[in-house]
Amino acid sequence: MSVQSAPTRSHAPAPAPTARKGGVRIVDVVKRYGANDVGILAVDHCTFEVPPGEITVVVGPSGCGKTTLLNAIAGFHSLSSGSIYLDDEMLCGPRRLKAQPGPDRIVVFQNGALFPWKTNIENVTFGPIMQGRLSRAEAYDKARSMMADAGLRGIENNYPGEISSGVRRRVEIVRALMNDPKILLLDEPYRALDSLTKSVMHEALLEIFYKNRVTIFFITHDLEEAIFLGHRVVIMTTRPCRPKKILDIDIPHPRDYSVLTTRRFREFMDETAAAVHEEAIKAFTAGEKER
Amino acid sequence: MTEVSPVRVTNNNVPLALTDDTVRNVSPLTLAIHRFSLWLKSPRPYLMLIGFALFIGFWYLSVEVWKLPRFSEMPGPTEVVREWFSRDPTYGLSVFTPEYYLHIWVSTRRIAIAFFLATIIGVPLGLFLGWSIRFKQYVFPVFELLRPVPPLAWVPLAIVMFKGSETPIIFLTFLASFFATALNTMLGVESIDVSYIRAANCLGASRWQVFRHVIVPGAMPFIFTGLQISVGVAWFSLVAGEMVSGQYGLGYVINTSYTMVRYPTIVIGMITLGIVGYVTSAAVRLVGDYLMQWRIRELALGGDR
Repeated sequence: MSVQSAPTRSHAPAPAPTARKGGVRIVDVVKRYGANDVGILAVDHCTFEVPPGEITVVVGPSGCGKTTLLNAIAGFHSLSSGSIYLDDEMLCGPRRLKAQPGPDRIVVFQNGALFPWKTNIENVTFGPIMQGRLSRAEAYDKARSMMADAGLRGIENNYPGEISSGVRRRVEIVRALMNDPKILLLDEPYRALDSLTKSVMHEALLEIFYKNRVTIFFITHDLEEAIFLGHRVVIMTTRPCRPKKILDIDIPHPRDYSVLTTRRFREFMDETAAAVHEEAIKAFTAGEKER
Repeated sequence: MTEVSPVRVTNNNVPLALTDDTVRNVSPLTLAIHRFSLWLKSPRPYLMLIGFALFIGFWYLSVEVWKLPRFSEMPGPTEVVREWFSRDPTYGLSVFTPEYYLHIWVSTRRIAIAFFLATIIGVPLGLFLGWSIRFKQYVFPVFELLRPVPPLAWVPLAIVMFKGSETPIIFLTFLASFFATALNTMLGVESIDVSYIRAANCLGASRWQVFRHVIVPGAMPFIFTGLQISVGVAWFSLVAGEMVSGQYGLGYVINTSYTMVRYPTIVIGMITLGIVGYVTSAAVRLVGDYLMQWRIRELALGGDR
Protein backbone atom coordinates (compact mmCIF):
# COMPACT_ATOMS: atom_id res chain seq x y z
CA MET A 1 0.00 0.00 0.00
CA SER A 2 2.40 2.64 -1.16
CA VAL A 3 0.26 5.70 -0.95
CA GLN A 4 2.60 7.99 -2.81
CA SER A 5 2.68 5.79 -5.90
CA ALA A 6 0.71 7.10 -8.83
CA PRO A 7 -2.92 6.61 -7.92
CA THR A 8 -5.66 6.00 -10.41
CA ARG A 9 -6.70 9.41 -11.68
CA SER A 10 -9.56 8.20 -13.82
CA HIS A 11 -12.79 9.92 -12.80
CA ALA A 12 -15.24 7.86 -14.71
CA PRO A 13 -18.32 9.94 -15.57
CA ALA A 14 -17.72 13.66 -16.02
CA PRO A 15 -16.14 14.49 -19.37
CA ALA A 16 -12.93 16.01 -18.10
CA PRO A 17 -11.98 19.34 -19.65
CA THR A 18 -8.77 19.06 -21.64
CA ALA A 19 -6.62 21.65 -19.91
CA ARG A 20 -7.25 21.62 -16.20
CA LYS A 21 -6.44 24.82 -14.40
CA GLY A 22 -6.02 25.91 -10.86
CA GLY A 23 -2.88 24.03 -9.89
CA VAL A 24 -1.11 25.68 -7.00
CA ARG A 25 2.53 25.19 -6.14
CA ILE A 26 3.66 26.19 -2.68
CA VAL A 27 7.44 26.47 -2.54
CA ASP A 28 9.42 26.82 0.65
CA VAL A 29 6.90 29.17 2.23
CA VAL A 30 7.66 30.73 5.60
CA LYS A 31 5.33 32.95 7.54
CA ARG A 32 6.30 34.59 10.76
CA TYR A 33 4.02 36.91 12.69
CA GLY A 34 5.58 39.80 14.55
CA ALA A 35 9.26 40.68 14.71
CA ASN A 36 11.90 38.32 13.37
CA ASP A 37 13.19 36.94 16.64
CA VAL A 38 10.27 37.22 18.99
CA GLY A 39 7.48 36.58 16.50
CA ILE A 40 5.49 33.41 16.12
CA LEU A 41 6.55 31.07 13.34
CA ALA A 42 3.25 30.02 11.78
CA VAL A 43 4.44 28.29 8.60
CA ASP A 44 7.87 26.70 8.41
CA HIS A 45 9.44 25.97 5.00
CA CYS A 46 6.31 24.47 3.61
CA THR A 47 6.41 22.88 0.15
CA PHE A 48 3.67 20.94 -1.59
CA GLU A 49 1.51 20.94 -4.64
CA VAL A 50 -2.22 21.25 -5.24
CA PRO A 51 -2.86 19.38 -8.51
CA PRO A 52 -5.23 21.08 -10.94
CA GLY A 53 -8.77 19.77 -11.19
CA GLU A 54 -8.53 17.87 -7.94
CA ILE A 55 -9.52 18.24 -4.33
CA THR A 56 -6.62 18.74 -1.98
CA VAL A 57 -7.44 18.66 1.69
CA VAL A 58 -5.11 20.06 4.33
CA VAL A 59 -5.58 18.51 7.77
CA GLY A 60 -4.07 19.86 10.94
CA PRO A 61 -4.89 20.73 14.52
CA SER A 62 -6.66 24.03 15.18
CA GLY A 63 -4.33 27.00 15.08
CA CYS A 64 -1.56 25.11 13.30
CA GLY A 65 -1.17 27.74 10.60
CA LYS A 66 -3.10 26.12 7.77
CA THR A 67 -5.41 29.11 7.49
CA THR A 68 -2.31 31.31 7.22
CA LEU A 69 -1.38 29.34 4.14
CA LEU A 70 -4.84 29.76 2.66
CA ASN A 71 -4.78 33.49 3.40
CA ALA A 72 -1.46 33.78 1.60
CA ILE A 73 -2.89 32.10 -1.51
CA ALA A 74 -6.00 34.29 -1.34
CA GLY A 75 -3.93 37.43 -0.92
CA PHE A 76 -5.08 38.43 2.56
CA HIS A 77 -1.67 37.99 4.16
CA SER A 78 1.90 38.42 3.02
CA LEU A 79 4.59 35.75 3.16
CA SER A 80 7.83 36.11 5.07
CA SER A 81 9.67 34.18 2.36
CA GLY A 82 9.09 31.55 -0.30
CA SER A 83 6.72 31.71 -3.21
CA ILE A 84 3.34 30.50 -4.37
CA TYR A 85 2.45 29.84 -8.00
CA LEU A 86 -0.94 29.47 -9.63
CA ASP A 87 -0.69 27.59 -12.94
CA ASP A 88 3.02 28.53 -13.13
CA GLU A 89 2.26 32.19 -12.63
CA MET A 90 3.74 33.67 -9.50
CA LEU A 91 1.08 34.87 -7.05
CA CYS A 92 3.53 35.97 -4.44
CA GLY A 93 7.25 35.53 -4.08
CA PRO A 94 10.46 37.29 -3.18
CA ARG A 95 9.64 40.51 -5.02
CA ARG A 96 5.98 40.67 -4.08
CA LEU A 97 5.26 39.10 -0.73
CA LYS A 98 1.52 39.66 -0.80
CA ALA A 99 -0.70 38.36 -3.57
CA GLN A 100 -3.48 40.51 -4.98
CA PRO A 101 -6.90 39.06 -4.08
CA GLY A 102 -8.90 38.26 -7.16
CA PRO A 103 -11.78 36.28 -8.62
CA ASP A 104 -9.52 33.47 -9.86
CA ARG A 105 -9.11 32.30 -6.24
CA ILE A 106 -12.24 32.57 -4.18
CA VAL A 107 -12.46 31.83 -0.49
CA VAL A 108 -15.43 30.23 1.21
CA PHE A 109 -15.11 31.38 4.78
CA GLN A 110 -15.25 29.43 8.01
CA ASN A 111 -18.23 31.33 9.34
CA GLY A 112 -19.70 32.18 5.98
CA ALA A 113 -19.45 35.57 4.38
CA LEU A 114 -22.62 36.01 2.39
CA PHE A 115 -23.57 39.66 2.75
CA PRO A 116 -26.60 39.56 5.05
CA TRP A 117 -27.88 42.85 3.58
CA LYS A 118 -28.13 41.45 0.08
CA THR A 119 -30.58 38.83 -1.10
CA ASN A 120 -29.18 35.47 -2.10
CA ILE A 121 -29.29 36.29 -5.79
CA GLU A 122 -27.72 39.70 -5.20
CA ASN A 123 -24.95 37.86 -3.39
CA VAL A 124 -24.51 35.34 -6.17
CA THR A 125 -24.37 38.04 -8.85
CA PHE A 126 -22.04 40.27 -6.82
CA GLY A 127 -18.79 39.15 -8.45
CA PRO A 128 -19.62 39.47 -12.15
CA ILE A 129 -21.48 42.75 -11.63
CA MET A 130 -18.70 44.34 -9.58
CA GLN A 131 -16.10 43.26 -12.13
CA GLY A 132 -18.32 44.54 -14.92
CA ARG A 133 -17.97 41.18 -16.66
CA LEU A 134 -21.69 40.62 -17.10
CA SER A 135 -24.63 42.96 -17.39
CA ARG A 136 -27.18 42.82 -14.62
CA ALA A 137 -29.62 40.82 -16.72
CA GLU A 138 -26.99 38.33 -17.86
CA ALA A 139 -25.71 37.90 -14.34
CA TYR A 140 -29.19 37.26 -13.00
CA ASP A 141 -29.90 34.71 -15.73
CA LYS A 142 -26.68 32.88 -15.05
CA ALA A 143 -27.26 33.03 -11.30
CA ARG A 144 -30.76 31.63 -11.61
CA SER A 145 -29.64 28.69 -13.66
CA MET A 146 -26.62 27.97 -11.47
CA MET A 147 -28.71 28.17 -8.32
CA ALA A 148 -31.29 25.86 -9.86
CA ASP A 149 -28.49 23.43 -10.76
CA ALA A 150 -27.32 23.41 -7.18
CA GLY A 151 -30.84 22.72 -5.91
CA LEU A 152 -31.28 26.27 -4.67
CA ARG A 153 -34.41 27.23 -6.54
CA GLY A 154 -36.96 29.36 -4.70
CA ILE A 155 -34.66 31.20 -2.30
CA GLU A 156 -33.29 33.76 -4.75
CA ASN A 157 -35.09 36.66 -3.12
CA ASN A 158 -34.61 35.56 0.45
CA TYR A 159 -31.92 37.05 2.60
CA PRO A 160 -29.13 34.77 3.85
CA GLY A 161 -30.47 35.20 7.38
CA GLU A 162 -33.65 33.44 6.36
CA ILE A 163 -32.11 30.18 5.20
CA SER A 164 -30.39 27.42 7.12
CA SER A 165 -26.62 27.55 7.53
CA GLY A 166 -26.13 24.50 5.33
CA VAL A 167 -28.02 26.12 2.47
CA ARG A 168 -26.07 29.33 3.06
CA ARG A 169 -22.81 27.49 2.43
CA ARG A 170 -24.13 26.20 -0.86
CA VAL A 171 -25.19 29.68 -1.90
CA GLU A 172 -21.72 30.90 -1.01
CA ILE A 173 -20.11 28.20 -3.14
CA VAL A 174 -22.38 29.11 -6.06
CA ARG A 175 -21.42 32.77 -5.55
CA ALA A 176 -17.80 31.71 -5.92
CA LEU A 177 -18.42 29.50 -8.96
CA MET A 178 -20.22 32.34 -10.75
CA ASN A 179 -16.78 33.85 -11.38
CA ASP A 180 -15.33 30.71 -12.98
CA PRO A 181 -12.49 30.66 -10.47
CA LYS A 182 -9.42 28.58 -11.10
CA ILE A 183 -9.44 27.39 -7.52
CA LEU A 184 -11.84 27.40 -4.61
CA LEU A 185 -10.30 27.93 -1.19
CA LEU A 186 -12.50 26.46 1.52
CA ASP A 187 -11.54 27.36 5.07
CA GLU A 188 -13.22 24.77 7.31
CA PRO A 189 -16.55 25.68 5.77
CA TYR A 190 -18.50 22.98 7.57
CA ARG A 191 -17.01 23.44 10.99
CA ALA A 192 -20.09 25.04 12.51
CA LEU A 193 -22.52 22.50 11.08
CA ASP A 194 -23.89 19.48 12.90
CA SER A 195 -22.63 16.12 11.69
CA LEU A 196 -25.82 15.16 9.85
CA THR A 197 -25.91 18.41 7.87
CA LYS A 198 -22.20 18.00 7.31
CA SER A 199 -22.61 14.64 5.60
CA VAL A 200 -25.21 16.13 3.26
CA MET A 201 -22.90 19.06 2.56
CA HIS A 202 -20.01 16.76 1.69
CA GLU A 203 -21.99 15.00 -0.97
CA ALA A 204 -23.36 18.29 -2.26
CA LEU A 205 -19.82 19.63 -2.53
CA LEU A 206 -18.71 16.55 -4.45
CA GLU A 207 -21.68 16.92 -6.75
CA ILE A 208 -20.72 20.53 -7.45
CA PHE A 209 -17.14 19.42 -8.01
CA TYR A 210 -18.13 16.71 -10.49
CA LYS A 211 -20.15 19.25 -12.45
CA ASN A 212 -17.61 22.06 -12.47
CA ARG A 213 -14.26 20.33 -12.06
CA VAL A 214 -12.86 23.31 -10.27
CA THR A 215 -9.70 22.81 -8.24
CA ILE A 216 -10.49 22.77 -4.54
CA PHE A 217 -8.18 23.58 -1.66
CA PHE A 218 -9.96 22.51 1.49
CA ILE A 219 -8.85 23.06 5.07
CA THR A 220 -10.18 21.00 7.94
CA HIS A 221 -9.24 19.37 11.20
CA ASP A 222 -11.57 16.45 10.51
CA LEU A 223 -9.62 13.50 9.15
CA GLU A 224 -12.67 11.55 8.01
CA GLU A 225 -13.90 14.56 6.05
CA ALA A 226 -10.45 14.92 4.50
CA ILE A 227 -10.16 11.33 3.29
CA PHE A 228 -13.75 11.24 2.12
CA LEU A 229 -13.42 14.37 -0.02
CA GLY A 230 -9.81 14.54 -1.08
CA HIS A 231 -7.83 13.24 -4.00
CA ARG A 232 -4.88 14.30 -1.96
CA VAL A 233 -4.64 14.75 1.78
CA VAL A 234 -1.86 16.83 3.30
CA ILE A 235 -1.40 16.24 7.00
CA MET A 236 0.23 19.20 8.72
CA THR A 237 2.39 19.33 11.78
CA THR A 238 1.27 21.55 14.58
CA ARG A 239 2.66 25.08 14.65
CA PRO A 240 4.92 25.81 12.87
CA CYS A 241 3.00 24.21 10.08
CA ARG A 242 4.80 21.92 7.63
CA PRO A 243 3.53 18.90 5.68
CA LYS A 244 4.03 15.80 7.79
CA LYS A 245 2.53 13.29 5.41
CA ILE A 246 1.02 13.57 1.95
CA LEU A 247 -1.35 10.87 0.78
CA ASP A 248 -3.01 10.30 -2.55
CA ILE A 249 -6.36 8.76 -1.84
CA ASP A 250 -6.95 6.17 -4.56
CA ILE A 251 -10.61 5.58 -3.75
CA PRO A 252 -12.24 6.21 -7.12
CA HIS A 253 -14.51 9.17 -7.72
CA PRO A 254 -17.44 9.74 -7.83
CA ARG A 255 -17.68 8.93 -4.16
CA ASP A 256 -20.66 8.76 -1.90
CA TYR A 257 -21.23 7.93 1.70
CA SER A 258 -20.95 4.19 1.17
CA VAL A 259 -17.22 4.85 0.83
CA LEU A 260 -17.01 5.42 4.58
CA THR A 261 -17.61 1.75 5.31
CA THR A 262 -15.18 0.35 2.75
CA ARG A 263 -11.99 -1.37 3.81
CA ARG A 264 -9.83 0.97 1.75
CA PHE A 265 -11.26 3.97 3.57
CA ARG A 266 -10.57 2.33 6.93
CA GLU A 267 -7.03 1.58 5.86
CA PHE A 268 -6.43 5.24 5.09
CA MET A 269 -7.96 6.22 8.40
CA ASP A 270 -5.76 3.75 10.29
CA GLU A 271 -2.69 4.89 8.48
CA THR A 272 -3.22 8.57 9.22
CA ALA A 273 -5.03 8.63 12.53
CA ALA A 274 -1.84 8.07 14.50
CA ALA A 275 -0.03 10.89 12.72
CA VAL A 276 -2.87 13.32 13.24
CA HIS A 277 -3.32 12.31 16.84
CA GLU A 278 0.35 12.82 17.54
CA GLU A 279 0.16 16.38 16.21
CA ALA A 280 -3.01 17.05 18.15
CA ILE A 281 -1.26 16.06 21.37
CA LYS A 282 1.69 18.32 20.51
CA ALA A 283 -0.67 21.18 19.81
CA PHE A 284 -2.48 20.55 23.07
CA THR A 285 0.62 20.51 25.25
CA ALA A 286 2.07 23.51 23.41
CA GLY A 287 -1.17 25.34 24.06
CA GLU A 288 -0.90 24.58 27.76
CA LYS A 289 2.63 25.84 27.92
CA GLU A 290 1.72 29.12 26.32
CA ARG A 291 -0.85 29.93 28.94
CA MET B 1 -25.97 2.00 -5.90
CA THR B 2 -26.10 2.17 -9.65
CA GLU B 3 -29.73 3.15 -9.99
CA VAL B 4 -30.25 5.49 -7.09
CA SER B 5 -27.30 7.80 -7.09
CA PRO B 6 -26.83 8.73 -3.45
CA VAL B 7 -24.89 11.77 -4.53
CA ARG B 8 -28.13 13.43 -5.51
CA VAL B 9 -29.26 14.27 -2.05
CA THR B 10 -30.49 17.76 -2.69
CA ASN B 11 -34.20 17.34 -2.56
CA ASN B 12 -35.99 20.01 -4.50
CA ASN B 13 -39.29 19.37 -2.79
CA VAL B 14 -38.03 20.48 0.55
CA PRO B 15 -38.46 24.24 0.96
CA LEU B 16 -35.01 25.67 1.47
CA ALA B 17 -36.05 28.89 3.07
CA LEU B 18 -37.30 28.83 6.60
CA THR B 19 -39.98 31.41 6.00
CA ASP B 20 -43.25 30.48 4.43
CA ASP B 21 -44.42 32.27 1.33
CA THR B 22 -47.37 33.80 3.11
CA VAL B 23 -45.05 36.04 5.05
CA ARG B 24 -43.05 37.08 2.03
CA ASN B 25 -45.70 37.97 -0.50
CA VAL B 26 -48.02 40.30 1.38
CA SER B 27 -48.22 44.05 1.23
CA PRO B 28 -46.64 46.07 4.01
CA LEU B 29 -50.04 47.38 5.07
CA THR B 30 -51.50 43.90 5.53
CA LEU B 31 -48.40 42.97 7.43
CA ALA B 32 -48.75 46.03 9.65
CA ILE B 33 -52.39 45.23 10.38
CA HIS B 34 -51.46 41.64 11.08
CA ARG B 35 -48.74 42.73 13.49
CA PHE B 36 -51.12 45.15 15.17
CA SER B 37 -53.75 42.48 15.73
CA LEU B 38 -51.07 40.15 17.10
CA TRP B 39 -50.03 42.95 19.42
CA LEU B 40 -53.63 43.42 20.61
CA LYS B 41 -53.88 39.71 21.33
CA SER B 42 -50.67 39.68 23.34
CA PRO B 43 -50.64 40.86 26.97
CA ARG B 44 -48.35 43.77 26.09
CA PRO B 45 -50.89 46.57 25.45
CA TYR B 46 -52.76 45.75 28.65
CA LEU B 47 -49.60 45.69 30.73
CA MET B 48 -48.72 49.03 29.18
CA LEU B 49 -52.10 50.48 30.16
CA ILE B 50 -51.70 49.18 33.68
CA GLY B 51 -48.29 50.83 33.84
CA PHE B 52 -49.73 54.18 32.80
CA ALA B 53 -52.66 53.78 35.19
CA LEU B 54 -50.32 53.10 38.11
CA PHE B 55 -48.15 56.09 37.26
CA ILE B 56 -51.03 58.53 36.86
CA GLY B 57 -52.80 57.03 39.85
CA PHE B 58 -49.74 57.64 42.02
CA TRP B 59 -49.51 61.20 40.74
CA TYR B 60 -53.21 61.76 41.42
CA LEU B 61 -53.14 60.28 44.92
CA SER B 62 -49.96 61.99 46.03
CA VAL B 63 -50.94 65.44 44.79
CA GLU B 64 -54.72 65.65 44.92
CA VAL B 65 -55.79 63.13 47.57
CA TRP B 66 -52.99 62.75 50.10
CA LYS B 67 -51.49 66.19 49.36
CA LEU B 68 -48.01 65.02 50.37
CA PRO B 69 -45.76 67.89 51.51
CA ARG B 70 -43.25 67.62 48.65
CA PHE B 71 -46.04 67.66 46.11
CA SER B 72 -48.00 70.58 47.50
CA GLU B 73 -47.03 73.00 44.73
CA MET B 74 -47.39 70.44 41.96
CA PRO B 75 -50.34 70.53 39.61
CA GLY B 76 -52.40 67.35 39.81
CA PRO B 77 -53.43 65.30 36.80
CA THR B 78 -57.03 66.52 36.74
CA GLU B 79 -55.88 70.13 36.79
CA VAL B 80 -53.38 69.50 33.98
CA VAL B 81 -55.85 67.59 31.84
CA ARG B 82 -58.54 70.20 32.37
CA GLU B 83 -56.14 72.96 31.35
CA TRP B 84 -54.72 70.97 28.44
CA PHE B 85 -58.13 70.31 26.87
CA SER B 86 -59.79 73.56 27.85
CA ARG B 87 -61.28 75.80 25.14
CA ASP B 88 -60.51 78.72 27.40
CA PRO B 89 -57.33 77.80 29.28
CA THR B 90 -56.59 79.72 32.45
CA TYR B 91 -52.92 80.13 31.55
CA GLY B 92 -53.37 80.58 27.84
CA LEU B 93 -52.10 77.30 26.42
CA SER B 94 -54.15 74.23 25.45
CA VAL B 95 -54.83 72.02 22.47
CA PHE B 96 -57.36 74.62 21.34
CA THR B 97 -54.94 77.52 21.19
CA PRO B 98 -52.91 78.04 18.01
CA GLU B 99 -49.83 78.99 20.03
CA TYR B 100 -49.64 75.43 21.32
CA TYR B 101 -49.06 74.16 17.78
CA LEU B 102 -46.75 77.04 16.99
CA HIS B 103 -44.50 75.99 19.88
CA ILE B 104 -44.53 72.38 18.74
CA TRP B 105 -43.84 73.42 15.16
CA VAL B 106 -40.93 75.68 16.08
CA SER B 107 -39.30 73.00 18.22
CA THR B 108 -39.84 70.26 15.67
CA ARG B 109 -38.46 72.43 12.90
CA ARG B 110 -35.32 73.14 14.90
CA ILE B 111 -34.94 69.42 15.61
CA ALA B 112 -35.46 68.59 11.95
CA ILE B 113 -32.83 71.06 10.72
CA ALA B 114 -30.29 70.12 13.40
CA PHE B 115 -30.88 66.39 12.99
CA PHE B 116 -30.64 66.64 9.23
CA LEU B 117 -27.35 68.53 9.40
CA ALA B 118 -25.97 66.19 12.04
CA THR B 119 -26.85 63.20 9.90
CA ILE B 120 -25.45 64.43 6.60
CA ILE B 121 -22.22 65.52 8.28
CA GLY B 122 -21.98 62.91 11.02
CA VAL B 123 -22.62 59.77 8.99
CA PRO B 124 -20.00 60.43 6.29
CA LEU B 125 -17.51 61.57 8.92
CA GLY B 126 -18.11 58.40 10.93
CA LEU B 127 -17.81 56.24 7.82
CA PHE B 128 -14.46 57.76 6.93
CA LEU B 129 -13.23 57.59 10.53
CA GLY B 130 -13.92 53.87 10.50
CA TRP B 131 -12.71 53.30 6.96
CA SER B 132 -9.39 55.13 6.92
CA ILE B 133 -6.92 54.64 9.73
CA ARG B 134 -4.92 57.67 8.62
CA PHE B 135 -8.00 59.92 8.62
CA LYS B 136 -8.90 58.65 12.07
CA GLN B 137 -5.42 59.44 13.36
CA TYR B 138 -5.84 63.07 12.27
CA VAL B 139 -9.39 63.66 13.33
CA PHE B 140 -10.34 61.36 16.16
CA PRO B 141 -8.27 62.94 18.97
CA VAL B 142 -9.86 66.35 18.31
CA PHE B 143 -13.25 64.67 18.06
CA GLU B 144 -12.78 62.88 21.37
CA LEU B 145 -11.69 66.09 23.06
CA LEU B 146 -14.75 68.04 21.92
CA ARG B 147 -17.28 65.23 22.40
CA PRO B 148 -17.46 65.30 26.22
CA VAL B 149 -18.09 69.07 26.31
CA PRO B 150 -21.78 69.33 27.22
CA PRO B 151 -23.97 71.36 24.84
CA LEU B 152 -24.79 73.76 27.69
CA ALA B 153 -21.10 74.68 27.91
CA TRP B 154 -21.31 75.77 24.29
CA VAL B 155 -24.10 78.27 24.98
CA PRO B 156 -21.94 81.39 25.38
CA LEU B 157 -19.81 80.63 22.33
CA ALA B 158 -22.91 79.77 20.32
CA ILE B 159 -24.43 83.13 21.15
CA VAL B 160 -21.19 84.94 20.36
CA MET B 161 -20.71 83.06 17.09
CA PHE B 162 -24.21 83.21 15.64
CA LYS B 163 -26.62 86.07 15.22
CA GLY B 164 -30.19 86.07 16.42
CA SER B 165 -31.73 83.41 18.61
CA GLU B 166 -32.56 80.73 16.04
CA THR B 167 -29.10 79.73 14.82
CA PRO B 168 -27.50 79.30 18.26
CA ILE B 169 -30.29 76.96 19.32
CA ILE B 170 -29.99 74.91 16.15
CA PHE B 171 -26.24 74.83 16.58
CA LEU B 172 -26.50 73.49 20.13
CA THR B 173 -29.01 70.88 19.05
CA PHE B 174 -26.83 69.92 16.13
CA LEU B 175 -23.75 69.45 18.33
CA ALA B 176 -25.26 66.82 20.58
CA SER B 177 -26.76 64.94 17.64
CA PHE B 178 -23.65 65.10 15.57
CA PHE B 179 -21.33 63.45 18.09
CA ALA B 180 -23.73 60.60 18.75
CA THR B 181 -24.22 59.95 15.04
CA ALA B 182 -20.58 60.15 14.05
CA LEU B 183 -19.34 57.99 16.92
CA ASN B 184 -21.90 55.24 16.34
CA THR B 185 -21.26 55.24 12.61
CA MET B 186 -17.54 54.83 13.22
CA LEU B 187 -18.15 51.96 15.63
CA GLY B 188 -20.48 50.47 13.04
CA VAL B 189 -17.76 50.40 10.42
CA GLU B 190 -15.30 48.94 12.89
CA SER B 191 -17.77 46.21 13.84
CA ILE B 192 -17.96 44.83 10.30
CA ASP B 193 -16.56 41.30 10.10
CA VAL B 194 -13.33 41.41 8.08
CA SER B 195 -14.55 38.32 6.19
CA TYR B 196 -17.12 40.45 4.36
CA ILE B 197 -14.44 42.83 3.14
CA ARG B 198 -12.18 39.96 2.15
CA ALA B 199 -15.02 38.21 0.36
CA ALA B 200 -15.73 41.38 -1.61
CA ASN B 201 -12.05 41.68 -2.50
CA CYS B 202 -12.03 38.05 -3.65
CA LEU B 203 -15.04 38.71 -5.83
CA GLY B 204 -13.20 41.51 -7.57
CA ALA B 205 -14.75 44.57 -5.96
CA SER B 206 -12.75 47.79 -6.12
CA ARG B 207 -12.01 49.85 -3.01
CA TRP B 208 -14.91 52.16 -3.75
CA GLN B 209 -17.27 49.25 -4.42
CA VAL B 210 -16.30 47.71 -1.10
CA PHE B 211 -17.15 51.01 0.56
CA ARG B 212 -20.47 51.30 -1.21
CA HIS B 213 -21.62 47.66 -0.97
CA VAL B 214 -20.00 46.42 2.24
CA ILE B 215 -19.00 49.29 4.52
CA VAL B 216 -22.13 51.41 4.21
CA PRO B 217 -24.74 48.64 4.51
CA GLY B 218 -22.64 46.79 7.07
CA ALA B 219 -22.54 49.83 9.33
CA MET B 220 -26.24 50.55 8.82
CA PRO B 221 -27.53 48.88 12.02
CA PHE B 222 -25.10 50.91 14.11
CA ILE B 223 -25.86 54.06 12.15
CA PHE B 224 -29.53 53.78 12.99
CA THR B 225 -28.82 53.03 16.63
CA GLY B 226 -26.77 56.21 16.51
CA LEU B 227 -29.58 58.17 14.87
CA GLN B 228 -32.04 57.05 17.54
CA ILE B 229 -29.69 58.20 20.25
CA SER B 230 -28.99 61.32 18.25
CA VAL B 231 -32.62 62.35 17.95
CA GLY B 232 -33.02 61.79 21.69
CA VAL B 233 -30.08 63.95 22.67
CA ALA B 234 -31.20 66.53 20.12
CA TRP B 235 -34.34 67.11 22.21
CA PHE B 236 -32.12 67.29 25.26
CA SER B 237 -30.03 70.14 24.05
CA LEU B 238 -32.86 71.79 22.17
CA VAL B 239 -34.75 72.31 25.41
CA ALA B 240 -31.58 73.54 27.08
CA GLY B 241 -31.09 76.01 24.23
CA GLU B 242 -34.70 77.15 24.23
CA MET B 243 -34.58 77.76 27.95
CA VAL B 244 -31.64 80.08 27.46
CA SER B 245 -32.90 82.09 24.51
CA GLY B 246 -35.71 82.26 22.02
CA GLN B 247 -39.36 83.21 22.03
CA TYR B 248 -40.97 79.99 20.94
CA GLY B 249 -40.60 76.27 21.43
CA LEU B 250 -41.50 73.78 24.10
CA GLY B 251 -38.39 74.47 26.16
CA TYR B 252 -39.30 78.14 26.14
CA VAL B 253 -42.87 77.27 27.23
CA ILE B 254 -41.58 75.31 30.20
CA ASN B 255 -39.12 77.98 31.25
CA THR B 256 -41.45 80.98 30.96
CA SER B 257 -44.30 79.10 32.62
CA TYR B 258 -42.01 78.55 35.55
CA THR B 259 -41.11 82.23 35.86
CA MET B 260 -44.75 83.23 35.37
CA VAL B 261 -45.96 80.62 37.90
CA ARG B 262 -48.15 78.77 35.38
CA TYR B 263 -47.50 75.33 36.82
CA PRO B 264 -50.04 73.30 34.83
CA THR B 265 -48.55 74.69 31.61
CA ILE B 266 -45.13 73.39 32.64
CA VAL B 267 -46.54 69.89 32.81
CA ILE B 268 -48.37 70.32 29.51
CA GLY B 269 -45.05 71.30 27.95
CA MET B 270 -43.32 68.29 29.46
CA ILE B 271 -45.95 65.80 28.35
CA THR B 272 -45.98 67.30 24.87
CA LEU B 273 -42.19 67.00 24.72
CA GLY B 274 -42.48 63.35 25.68
CA ILE B 275 -45.04 62.66 22.97
CA VAL B 276 -43.28 64.59 20.20
CA GLY B 277 -39.92 63.10 21.19
CA TYR B 278 -41.39 59.62 21.05
CA VAL B 279 -42.89 60.26 17.62
CA THR B 280 -39.60 61.52 16.20
CA SER B 281 -37.63 58.55 17.44
CA ALA B 282 -40.34 56.16 16.21
CA ALA B 283 -40.05 57.83 12.80
CA VAL B 284 -36.29 57.25 12.78
CA ARG B 285 -36.88 53.62 13.71
CA LEU B 286 -39.40 53.20 10.90
CA VAL B 287 -36.99 54.60 8.33
CA GLY B 288 -34.33 52.26 9.66
CA ASP B 289 -36.65 49.26 9.42
CA TYR B 290 -37.54 50.24 5.89
CA LEU B 291 -33.89 50.45 4.86
CA MET B 292 -32.91 47.24 6.64
CA GLN B 293 -35.51 44.73 5.55
CA TRP B 294 -32.90 42.01 5.81
CA ARG B 295 -32.60 42.62 9.53
CA ILE B 296 -36.33 42.67 10.11
CA ARG B 297 -36.69 39.34 8.35
CA GLU B 298 -33.77 37.85 10.24
CA LEU B 299 -35.14 39.00 13.57
CA ALA B 300 -38.62 37.79 12.69
CA LEU B 301 -37.16 34.30 12.38
CA GLY B 302 -35.51 34.60 15.73
CA GLY B 303 -38.99 34.68 17.25
CA ASP B 304 -38.54 38.26 18.36
CA ARG B 305 -42.09 39.49 18.24
